[in-house]
Amino acid sequence: MSTWPSTRSSTRARFVGTGRPWWSATVVVIALVVSVPVLSVLAAAVASVGSPAWPGDLGEMLLTTVLLLAGVGVGTALLGVGLAWLVTAYDFPGRRAFSWLLVLPLAMPAYVLGFLFLSTFGAAGGPARASRDVFGGSAFVELLAGRLGAPVVLSLTLYPYVFLLSRAAFRGQGQATWDAARMLGATPWRAFRQVLLPLARPALAGGLAVVMMETLTDFATVQYFGVRTVSVGVYLTWKGSFDFASAAQLSVLVLVFAVMVLAGERILRGGARYDSRGGGQRPPAAPHVLTGASRWWAFAAAASVLAAGFLLPVVQLLWWAVSATLADSSSLSTGRFATNLTNSAVMAALAAVACVGLALLVTHGVRVTGGRLARGAAQLTTFGYAVPGAVIGIGVLVSFAAVDGWLEALGVPGGTGLVVTGSVLGILASYVVRFLAPAYQAVDASFATISASVTNSAFSLGASPMRVLRRVHLPLSRSGIAVALVLVAVDAVKELPLVLLLRPFGFTTLSVWVYELANENFWEQAALPALLIVALAIVPVWFLVRQVRLAEPHQQVTS
Amino acid sequence: MTDALRIDGVTKSYGDTPAVCDLDLSMPQGEILALIGPSGCGKSTLLRLIAGLERPDSGAVTVGGRVVAGPSWVPPEQRRVGLVFQEHALFPHLRVGDNIRFGLADRPRAEQDARVREVLDLVHLSHVADRYPHELSGGEQQRVALARALAPRPAVVLMDEPFSSLDESLRARVRADTVDVLRATGTTAVLVTHDQTEALAVGDRVGVMREGVIEQLGTPVEVFERPVSRFVASFMGDADFLPASLVEEGLACELGLVTVRRDTAQAEIVLRPHEVSLKLPGPGVHGAPAVVTHVEYHGAFVLHTVRLASGRTVRSWQPHSVRYPVGTEVLVSIVLGIIPSVLVGERTLGASPATSPPTPAAAG
Repeated sequence: MSTWPSTRSSTRARFVGTGRPWWSATVVVIALVVSVPVLSVLAAAVASVGSPAWPGDLGEMLLTTVLLLAGVGVGTALLGVGLAWLVTAYDFPGRRAFSWLLVLPLAMPAYVLGFLFLSTFGAAGGPARASRDVFGGSAFVELLAGRLGAPVVLSLTLYPYVFLLSRAAFRGQGQATWDAARMLGATPWRAFRQVLLPLARPALAGGLAVVMMETLTDFATVQYFGVRTVSVGVYLTWKGSFDFASAAQLSVLVLVFAVMVLAGERILRGGARYDSRGGGQRPPAAPHVLTGASRWWAFAAAASVLAAGFLLPVVQLLWWAVSATLADSSSLSTGRFATNLTNSAVMAALAAVACVGLALLVTHGVRVTGGRLARGAAQLTTFGYAVPGAVIGIGVLVSFAAVDGWLEALGVPGGTGLVVTGSVLGILASYVVRFLAPAYQAVDASFATISASVTNSAFSLGASPMRVLRRVHLPLSRSGIAVALVLVAVDAVKELPLVLLLRPFGFTTLSVWVYELANENFWEQAALPALLIVALAIVPVWFLVRQVRLAEPHQQVTS
Repeated sequence: MTDALRIDGVTKSYGDTPAVCDLDLSMPQGEILALIGPSGCGKSTLLRLIAGLERPDSGAVTVGGRVVAGPSWVPPEQRRVGLVFQEHALFPHLRVGDNIRFGLADRPRAEQDARVREVLDLVHLSHVADRYPHELSGGEQQRVALARALAPRPAVVLMDEPFSSLDESLRARVRADTVDVLRATGTTAVLVTHDQTEALAVGDRVGVMREGVIEQLGTPVEVFERPVSRFVASFMGDADFLPASLVEEGLACELGLVTVRRDTAQAEIVLRPHEVSLKLPGPGVHGAPAVVTHVEYHGAFVLHTVRLASGRTVRSWQPHSVRYPVGTEVLVSIVLGIIPSVLVGERTLGASPATSPPTPAAAG
C-alpha cells in the first residue's frame, strides 16, 4: 500500500532520536573528553605491563588500603545507622534538631579535622598529658594521633552519607516493622538483626559505597597519620620520580579498588530495592518517648558525635584564628592569604562555569535529540564522581602527555610543556571530570521540571535548538544552574588531592595552604583559611538538608 | 488545491509494538479532523509523527505541499505545524504577548506587534497581553495557547486533548470558541480526543483509530449512524447487539424485521438507545414484549433498560416525561424510519473496507 520506501530502521531511529546529529555529537564528545583520563590510565598501564615497576612495599600498601576501608566502613556504618535509628525511633531532648545537625560534619573536610586531631591527641596535647598524669601512660591517646586517627577522622567526617540514607529508609517503614516484630515476640536484638538491619541494607550499601569512594580518593589526610594507601602511593610515586608508568600502574590498582567497592555495593544490596523513600507519602509512626536517664544517654550519644565531628573543631579553629590574628597582626600570612584566596576563587569560578556550561549542553542535547545514544553518553559524563582522585589526576597527566606527544610530532618543540611542571589547566581538566556529575544532576533536576510539551511547543513555533536553549531552557532552569554553580565552586575550593597532585610549582590554593601549614604544625595560622573552607562547605550541606526536607513533607509536629 | 496535510503509508513501531500501521490520510485546507480511539490506539503517536517529534519507520508526511518526513526530513521547527497541548505548555517566564511573539521571531518588530494584537483579538484576550500565564484561568491559558499556535500562520494545527484539563462547566464553552476561531481563520486542524461527544461535535470528519489504523473515517453522522464495525459502533456511543436471522422478507431480530437484504444468514444488529421505542401495551400497539429492569434518570432523558423474552436486554432513551417503573411490561420496537446497522462477525454488512472520501461534501 505504501508508495514510499522504508526510510530507516526503527532501531536506528530510536538510537539517534529525532536526528539532530550536531547535538548528539556534542553530548558524545563531552562524554568522551570526560572519560579520556580513565581510559588513558588503563592504556598506559596496559602499555607498561611488560615492565612492572611496583614499589617495594606494595603488599603493605594494599593491606593498609583494605584495613583503612574496613575501618572507615565499620565506623561510618556504626555511627550512621546507629544515629539514624536513634533520631527516628526515639524521642529525646533535641531529637528534631539532631536529625539535621548530625549532617553538619559533612562540611568539615577530613584534612581539617585531621590536623585538629593531630594537635589535640599528639604527645604534647592536653589529653595525652592528662592521660599520663592519671594512668601513667598515653599510648592509647597518642594512637589517635597515629594510625588509628585516619579511620576515626574519616568516619567522623563521612558518616553523614550513611546517616542520611539510613534515616530515609527508617522513616519509610522502620518504626512500624520494628513494632510489628516486637509484638510478635522478638527480642530487641533479634528485631534489630532480622528486621531493621535487612531493611537498612540497601541504604547502608549506597551510603558505604560513597564513603569508600571518598576514602579511596583521599591521599592527603591519611598522610598526617602516616597511613600509606595505594592512593598515597600514586601521589608519592608521581611527585618523587615523575614516572608515568609506575604511577599509572598504581592508579589502576586504585581503580580496581573502586570497581570492587561498586561490586560490593551490588552484593550487599543483593538485588533488594525496598521502597526506602516511601516515607514522604505518609507520616512516620510516632517515636518511642524515652524517659529517665535513658533520654539523656541518647542526647549524650548524639551530642558527642556532633561535638567531635563539628562543634569542638569549629571552636578550636575559631580560638586559633582569633589568637593568631591578635598575636601577629602584621601577619606573615596576609599577603599569602590574599593570593591563595584569589587562586582558590579563580579556580572555583572557572571550574563552576566550565562544569555548568558542559552540563547545560549535555542536558539540553539529551532533551532535543531524545535518542538513546545521547542519553547513554550523558550517563557516562557523571561517572567521574565515582573515580578516585588519584586516577583522575594521573589520567589527566597521561592525556596531556599524549597531547604533547602529538604536538611534538607536528613539530612543536616540547609540546605544551605542561606535564611535568603541572598546570592550572590540568587542575581545571580534572575538576571538570570530577565535578561534572553534581553539576549535571542539579541542572538535570531543573530540566525535569520543564515539561516536554514546552520544549515541543517552542520547536513547533519555529525556534532552532540554540534559540530554545537561550530563550526557554536557560531561563526556566535558572535555579538549577545557580545551585550547580554553587555546588561545583564549593567542591572546587574544598578539593585538596587533585590540586596537590597537579599544581604547578608555587601555585597554592586555600586547601593546599591549610594542608602545608598543618603538615608543618603551624596550626594557628592554618585555622583562618580552614574556617573559611568549612564555612563555604556548609552551603552544599544546607542544600542537601533542604532537599531531603522537601522530600519529606510530613514533618513530625510533636517533639 | 493541494491538501493541507497528507500521510502516505506511515508506519511507526516502538520495539515490536506497532503504534501506527501503514496509515493513509489526507486533509483539505480548512478541515477540522477529530481523531478518537482508546488509549494506546496510536492517535497521539500520529500527532507526534506529523509534528516531527517522532520519525516514521516508513511512509511519508506532507504538510502544505512539502514533504517533511519520508525521503527527506524536516525538523519540527521548520514544518509550519502548530501544536496545542493538554497542559497548554505556555512559557511560564514570558508574558502572554511575548509567548505569542515567540513564534514570530523572524519578522520585523512592527509586524510582530500587529500579529500579536490580531490573534489576541481573535481569542478575545487583548486585555491580558501583559500578564504572565500563571495569572490566567485555565480557559484563558487554553485560548492563549491556541493564539500562540496560530500566530505564525501554520499549515496545520495539532491539538492533543486540548480541553481535557478544563473543568466540565468550562469545556463546552472553550470548545465552541476554539472551533469558531479555527473556522474564522480557515485553519486546518487535527484534534485528538478520547471524548465521543467532543469528536462528533467538533470534527468535520471523525477518524476512529484502533491498533494503529484508522478503522473508520467519515462525517460525524456516518461514524455514529453507520459504523463500519462492532468496535466503532460500541466506541462511538452506547450500543446493544441483538442476533438476527434470515426470514422470508429479509433479516429479522427479536424486535422485528430489520432489512429486506437477504445476503447473510447469521448477523447481529446494532441498536443505539435512541433507536429503541418503548410503548405500553394497548390496542394497535405492536412490538416485542419486555419488562423494565432498570431506570436511570439523566435529566433531559431517562435511560430505560428492558429485558426481552429471550433474556437479552436493550436500552432505550425516553424523554424526561416518560418514566416507566421497574417491572412495567412494555412493548419494544425499532423507532420508525431507522435502519439499524447489521454486523456480520466484526464488520458491518455493506460497509466498504476503505475509508470514506476526504471532502465533507463528497462524503455527506
